[in-house]
Amino acid sequence: MTTEVLGWWGVPLGIVAGTLRGSAPFLFVSLGECLTEKSGKINLGLEGTLLMGAMSAYAISYLTGSPWLGVGAAGLAGLGFGLIHGIVAQRPRVNDVAVGIAMIIFGSGVAFFLGKPFIQPSAPQLPTLDFGAWSSLPAVESALKVSPLFLLGIAIAPLMQWFFRSTRWGLLIRAVGDSPDAARAMGVSIYNVRLLSIMAGSFLAGIGGASLSLFYPGSWTERISSGQGLMAVALVIFARWNPIQCLYASLLFGGAQAIGPALQSVGVDSYYYLFNASPYILTLLIMILTCSPQRTLAGVPGALGKPSESRL
Amino acid sequence: MTHRQAFYLSRRQVMRGLLAASALGVAKFGAGCTSVNSNATGGKGEPLTVGFIYVGPKDDYGYSQAHALGAAAIAKIPGIRVVEEANVAETNAVQETMRSMINLDGATVIFPTSFGYFDPHVLAVAKEFPKVQFFHAGGLYQEGVHPNNVGSYFGYIDEAQYIAGIVAGHATQSNKLGFVAAKPIPQVLRNINSFTLGARSVNPTVKTQVIFTGEWSEPVKEAETTNSMADQGVDVVTCHVDSPKVIMETAEKRGIYCSGYHADQASLAPKGYLTGAEWDWSSIYTQYAQELLADKTLMDDSIPHLLRGGLSSQFCKLSPYGAAVTAKAKADAEAAKQRLLSNEVAIYKGEIKDNTGKVQIQAQQEMKQQAIELEKMNWLVEGVDGKVTG
Repeated sequence: MTTEVLGWWGVPLGIVAGTLRGSAPFLFVSLGECLTEKSGKINLGLEGTLLMGAMSAYAISYLTGSPWLGVGAAGLAGLGFGLIHGIVAQRPRVNDVAVGIAMIIFGSGVAFFLGKPFIQPSAPQLPTLDFGAWSSLPAVESALKVSPLFLLGIAIAPLMQWFFRSTRWGLLIRAVGDSPDAARAMGVSIYNVRLLSIMAGSFLAGIGGASLSLFYPGSWTERISSGQGLMAVALVIFARWNPIQCLYASLLFGGAQAIGPALQSVGVDSYYYLFNASPYILTLLIMILTCSPQRTLAGVPGALGKPSESRL
Repeated sequence: MTHRQAFYLSRRQVMRGLLAASALGVAKFGAGCTSVNSNATGGKGEPLTVGFIYVGPKDDYGYSQAHALGAAAIAKIPGIRVVEEANVAETNAVQETMRSMINLDGATVIFPTSFGYFDPHVLAVAKEFPKVQFFHAGGLYQEGVHPNNVGSYFGYIDEAQYIAGIVAGHATQSNKLGFVAAKPIPQVLRNINSFTLGARSVNPTVKTQVIFTGEWSEPVKEAETTNSMADQGVDVVTCHVDSPKVIMETAEKRGIYCSGYHADQASLAPKGYLTGAEWDWSSIYTQYAQELLADKTLMDDSIPHLLRGGLSSQFCKLSPYGAAVTAKAKADAEAAKQRLLSNEVAIYKGEIKDNTGKVQIQAQQEMKQQAIELEKMNWLVEGVDGKVTG
């Protein structure tokens, strides 16, 4: 046990540590939503998927003793929820926002119901990569314990960027999202492309849930997501539907979670409600600063959120 | 005419709607958290149905679990049938739960266990059902103001926090303790102050760092708070939040000591768990159950409307000491416990200054646990780093 005191250095360290620990759920959900929205559909239900992912990861990790199986189960749960959303939201003239809200309630309900027996037990956690072994300071050591899932998320962001820009499949998704008529003229099945995009996005969100319950904070309770899924969906707009910017935005939000506690721990104990609200204030500010009545948002997929008129 | 037709409902449609609605209600009960523990073997025929309502899940290692353990204890008493519902929000939802417990399950006694249920929800339903008795955890009953079928009980759990503070004061090497608190309300502040006073009674150089998370249940922020405390050299953490699970687990991961709250969390932190301040509702609920079975009621004042107590009247207890607690710490803690049990000393005995230097309790002045001033506490004792106003 150390008596060394970091003092004010604890604030930047805390924010860096918070970023490394807490960004992964934001990252996975926002990348998943980015993929989904590029194909022209909105999936607000990722909040429910996140909870479902967290619950199934924890439950499977506890039952089998293998946290990686838990991650797999979280992904599968995500796929399943994506399938439901993909089918329902693509019925003719169905509003995908409304379906998404229903999926939030459905997902959290199912997760709470199935998760009842898993609130008490402690499941095996994912191993961490310790990049801080060089330091003699336990605070630094603990800050640099990085989850492999987080690194995976960081790798997915540029990969997805490349996928959208340089591959035929990426082009198809963008075409379906920007101009479904053109895509249909090309002979692409809009229905299938969207269904697969929604499922893949939902899969990623499920993995994000696994990071919540198997890495940080590392337990299953019903309040575990505290709205992170919804915030991550908003992050996509904030990141202009660009996977690399999703990464930056997620890091920013992950770090912002640590500001309030880190400042209070060095004795700045005024305005903590304000500091705790800083991520939301930041989002609002950026939205206000970048919106303009003269043009639509740069990067928005042309057909985003428009109900499908017919099945094809 | 078309207008009339638009709103016309055939008898069949009405029947179908009613059936669907009631099926939904049944489904809600089946899938929800109502469970019936019947133990009606008494010769009185109809068992006494007691309803318990919790704000969180029943197995959250926290506030609701403590109450659920109490309910489980009285479910074993012959002649008592317990119905429960968990995860009931402090909104109109709790009124609906109370009404359905009364109307559908035939409950004649209700224990709405969360603090925020009282005003206006318990008060409203209590007026509706003057024959049903309501026992609310929170000690908010006021004679003459509130309906006389409402009772209130609460424990001075800060006595247990005081002893946990003594143990923490012995365990700390950095002389920095951490307190993760939800909101700066009097009960939370009183726990923080008692914990600090306990620690400083054995180790006057100890400081307690308090961090408010702003919400009763905010797992990510609680973990973040515990981590930033550990970064600042805090080596014992305790808390006052709804479910301390994440805090105990994070403290264990960081290799620091922790002291529990609400229920026994020793299994979450086998290495670092020192002790904890636990509620002991089973003894209180058993006492209520026996009075109720003896046909005593709140309405004829044969059951007191206000019931409070601390360690001596078994409202709270301490978790068994963990492996890291030294013999010296145990001896000091047990001695303090004996003094509190015999009610010979008060925790709040002058002179006590707050952390801005203002004298809050004069020298020679002694505030017993029952003192009403203590329930309006809005200051932090000397030795606490933190501020009440955000």
